[in-house]
Amino acid sequence: MNLPLLTPRSPDPALAGIIKLAVMAVGGQGGGVLSGWIEAMARANGYACQSTSVAGVAQRTGATIYYIEMAPMGALAPVFSLAPAAGDVDILIAAEMMEAGRAIMRGFVTPDRTVLIASTHRALAVSEKSTPGDGIANAAEVVAAAEIAARRVVFADLEALALANGSVISASLFGALAGSGALPFPRPAFEAAIAAQGKGVQPSLRAFAAGFAAAEGAAPVAAPAKAAPRPLSGPPKLLAAWRALEARVAALPAPVAAFASPGLHKVVDFQDIAYGAEYLDRVEAVLARDTPAQDHALTAQAAKYVASAMAYDDMIRVADLKTRPARLARIRGEMGVTDAHLLQLTEFFHPRAEEIIGLLPARLGARWQANPRAVARIDRLFNKGRRLRSDSLRAFLMLYVLGGLRRWRPRTLRHAEEVVHLDRWLATALAHLPQDYALAVEVIRCRRLIKGYSDTHARGQSKFDRVLAGIALVAGRPDAADWARRLRDAALQDEAGLALDGALQTIRSFA
Amino acid sequence: MAERSFKAEVQHLRLGEGDTFTGEGILAITKALLENGVGYVGGYQGAPISHLMDVLADAEDLLAELGVRFEANASEAAAAAMLAASVHYPIRGAVTFKGSVGVNVASDALANLASSGVTGGALIIVGEDYGEGSSIMQERSHAFAMKSQFWLLDPRPNLPSITRAVGDGFALSEATNTPVMLMVRIRSCHVTGSFATRDNRRPALTVRDALASPRRDFSRVVLPPMSYLHEQDKVKVRWPAAERYIVDHGLNERFGPADAPVGLVVQGGMYNAVIRALQRLGLADLHGTTQVPLYVLNVTYPLVSSEFLSFCAGKDAVLVIEEGQPEFIEQGLTTFLYRAGSTVKLHGKGILPMAGEYTGAVLLDSLTAFLRQTAPGLLPGQVRAPNAEGLKIPDLSKTVPLRPPGFCTGCPERPIFAAMKLVEQELGKHQISADIGCHLFGSLPPFEIGGQTMGYGLGPASNAAFDGGGEKRAISILGDGGFWHNGLSSSIGNMVFNKADSVALIVDNYYSAATGGQDIPSSRAENGTKSTGNPIAKALNGVGVNWVRQVDHTYDVAKMRDVLREALTTDYTGPKVIVASSECMLNKQRREKPLRAKAIKDGRRVEAPRFGVDADVCTGDHACIRLSGCPSLSLKRLDDPLRDDPVASIDQSCVGCGNCGEVADAAVLCPSFYRADVVHNPGRWERRRAAFRARIIGWLQRRRSATRLDFGGAA
Repeated sequence: MNLPLLTPRSPDPALAGIIKLAVMAVGGQGGGVLSGWIEAMARANGYACQSTSVAGVAQRTGATIYYIEMAPMGALAPVFSLAPAAGDVDILIAAEMMEAGRAIMRGFVTPDRTVLIASTHRALAVSEKSTPGDGIANAAEVVAAAEIAARRVVFADLEALALANGSVISASLFGALAGSGALPFPRPAFEAAIAAQGKGVQPSLRAFAAGFAAAEGAAPVAAPAKAAPRPLSGPPKLLAAWRALEARVAALPAPVAAFASPGLHKVVDFQDIAYGAEYLDRVEAVLARDTPAQDHALTAQAAKYVASAMAYDDMIRVADLKTRPARLARIRGEMGVTDAHLLQLTEFFHPRAEEIIGLLPARLGARWQANPRAVARIDRLFNKGRRLRSDSLRAFLMLYVLGGLRRWRPRTLRHAEEVVHLDRWLATALAHLPQDYALAVEVIRCRRLIKGYSDTHARGQSKFDRVLAGIALVAGRPDAADWARRLRDAALQDEAGLALDGALQTIRSFA
Repeated sequence: MAERSFKAEVQHLRLGEGDTFTGEGILAITKALLENGVGYVGGYQGAPISHLMDVLADAEDLLAELGVRFEANASEAAAAAMLAASVHYPIRGAVTFKGSVGVNVASDALANLASSGVTGGALIIVGEDYGEGSSIMQERSHAFAMKSQFWLLDPRPNLPSITRAVGDGFALSEATNTPVMLMVRIRSCHVTGSFATRDNRRPALTVRDALASPRRDFSRVVLPPMSYLHEQDKVKVRWPAAERYIVDHGLNERFGPADAPVGLVVQGGMYNAVIRALQRLGLADLHGTTQVPLYVLNVTYPLVSSEFLSFCAGKDAVLVIEEGQPEFIEQGLTTFLYRAGSTVKLHGKGILPMAGEYTGAVLLDSLTAFLRQTAPGLLPGQVRAPNAEGLKIPDLSKTVPLRPPGFCTGCPERPIFAAMKLVEQELGKHQISADIGCHLFGSLPPFEIGGQTMGYGLGPASNAAFDGGGEKRAISILGDGGFWHNGLSSSIGNMVFNKADSVALIVDNYYSAATGGQDIPSSRAENGTKSTGNPIAKALNGVGVNWVRQVDHTYDVAKMRDVLREALTTDYTGPKVIVASSECMLNKQRREKPLRAKAIKDGRRVEAPRFGVDADVCTGDHACIRLSGCPSLSLKRLDDPLRDDPVASIDQSCVGCGNCGEVADAAVLCPSFYRADVVHNPGRWERRRAAFRARIIGWLQRRRSATRLDFGGAA
């Protein structure tokens, strides 16, 4: 081989003058507008600048990326790259938290050089939203990784800041970029770029200012101010009875009270004071068999899930909730309704025969339910989608009357069924108590599987039954509680219950 | 109406001698076409060259002034066929489409064109969609240039080089009687920069002039024995002419020192990325002055042996940087070296990965590996012996979810797929074949409907094996874009002729939506230069489909479901075609939003719909999301210790399309959805009635509150 004719040399010092900036966004967030502003500003301030993007189908809700390079203008044009390279990005703007995570994963955020500017809000991916349980990705892990990966981070809920100022996130991100001081341009240069673009200038400038302040750490991140709860009100007699129940809650061990307090709230709101007392009876009965050794975990979980079980979802509850004054006020606020507007509300109901029969007296209802012809007849009469204009008197009255059936509820078939189910579930859980405390707690927690209406409810119920059957198989093993938890997690993974089937199969293979 | 209006940008196309154009690559190409006296232009939209079509459509006035004919062709094949005008007439023509799929569709016409040869310059501008963000199969258009023998330009990705390539392309085409393909990668199409403009030039001969004095010459017709002569002409005359032209006009470029032990052979399009890697290694400066010699192939086909061998002279080793596979260039250059008896060692794939995009990291690693092997003295110290590993960054691969593209907020195709999912729950799984277009997102979660896609307009055709019917009928999906592109004959005509006992669903959203909302024959919009408003159903009847169901409001999920069920269960045994029509929401909003804002401002009565979820009624099962996937339907965590799972929530981006309510109803989900219609500028009478109702409702509510505890809001 020839000896090299060339000798290595140190990098061109002018190269250090290139600023490499990538924007990672979700399609539709205005990444194009943001990169347009940055580019125009760089050119206006004596920089050579180049931007590129990969749009394509990614403009529709997929992950998208924009890339900009700039360097002080000289006699010769610089050669810029058209794509960001791992380990070679100075400024990374992430328009959503998981996109920040994606940038870190791809190596675009490195401790030696990268300023990471990210909006902390989440635009959930379909996979996160569609899990029957809680599939939301853990943003804290991204924050932790960012602290290590980036030279400097600028985090703020820039989406909320933009909305609060009647603008879109591109403007607040641009503000955060200015506030971060990562680009060698003064604030007026940024504002001039917005003004020059000429569309929605005032709201953009407001959102820009908010983003700027957030990046400087001056403004508190806009968390929607939480309205203080209105004080409890009602007839004096009921109030006195309520205080007595509250006193019973106060007497419970603290970990139990943490759940029993909202639980009591929920069941009394669902039915009445007497029902609340019934709830506390149940909690105290569990407590009597519990020990402080486990921090009353059993009773705490029972307080949580018995409340949910007792405040089941029936037509009466839905009608009651839909006719409350607080609901109307909330919707008016959310929809930005002022006195200059009117609000029309359409509710979507689709009752089936089961719901109608559930309202009948327990005995009569049970007889009808056993008669397929009666069920079919009721189904024909009622089973169709109903759109109710709940701002009209007719529909409101209907819902109002239905909500008023609250007093009648304890006598309905649905109530009877719920009570049987509740008792059986509690008994199953407590039966494990002498041998396996942890397993009893896990059985209590399985109540989480029952939720929804109609088919969804039926599916939840069947998953609950299958998980309990699976638990019965492993009861007695030292790792039974662990298996119970695994079964429950599996049941929450997919709609069809494929993961649960798999887990059950495994259990059957060794049980 | 296209997604983006280029009316403002079109003014840049009028710049003249001495001006500077600053903007996007795709616009620069358009400008260069006009400067080079193009006589006619056409094409078919698709990323990344959709914008070129949109610019041309918006520039029709200017084109008319210059005597340039613009045609929005029905397909890439139609576009390529249009270049026939340059076979007999000395008129420059250019067409554009997406590579490699567009080239696939156009290949018949391209092959015939290449065989006939051209008199006027014929330019095919291909937007090569390869690498990150690509929406198509990963292949190269390069192979088509080789098999049909037309020349392939791959200019350096900056505006001066790209616009120069347009002029070079026309001249090369004319000098060699061969069509030329100008390939621009996806990022080059969208890259911004500047170039010095020249005056636009009227074509020397316009297509109108040509029509007035027609010419023909049967020696150009692709029929024996002329076709044999064409092949001989290609290799004996056109090819050597091309090599001469390329060398004489310096189309390929050399950079860096003349003498060096090693060198790089680079596709023009890869130039910037290679320079960046060299810059990072300290071997090139800011302006691209390099220590390592580069031979930049702005023409990647044909390769010129003499030029390449002279570059290799005196070197020990060269590295060929060629993105994509197979490695056609590397194979060609290897043959040159072997035939010349050269001892220069050629590297390429092996050091570089065979497949996939050549990103910054890939090039940095590969160049480092190449230099370490062949000229380690060139490398800076730290690269030769890397220091200890840097900080360990936590692995987020299990945390960060995938984010595939999906239907937009309010998309009219969402309810179609919700209905299909409901039918599937009733009748079981069916054989489903999809097509190209937005509706292909239906094959992704949450719907997961559609198993394969064979090409544009080929959805029903790809179910042909199942056309005989059976226990269950096969379903195929076709978009309106695909229908007019190729579907009417290849798919629907095929079904009719073969008496298909299967179901085709045509998604009619009024536009070629996935490519940016261009008009097509069935578009409802008024279009001054194109004929729109031609119903798909009429075309179906015309080719002999007798079972047609037209659904004019796809958001009616129950109706969609019923129609689908009927198609799957009817006794009728011939082809069953459903046309599901509703306007693309992206385009609808773009049109209606400003109008609505103006109406509100003018004091006219406007109802603005939006959906909401009652959080206390929602149980957090997310069944609604599994039938929607709408970006505005998301989740939120409640501040309630009794709740484990987040509940559904609709944000302010909701456009009130109605899918949520329809699905909740058709699928019997849950009563937590409501639609809020905010009435702007209500009438006096309406106001009075509402006040009366509010008084009574308020009284009823107070009456109930008096008998129970009020916890200050819903529990």
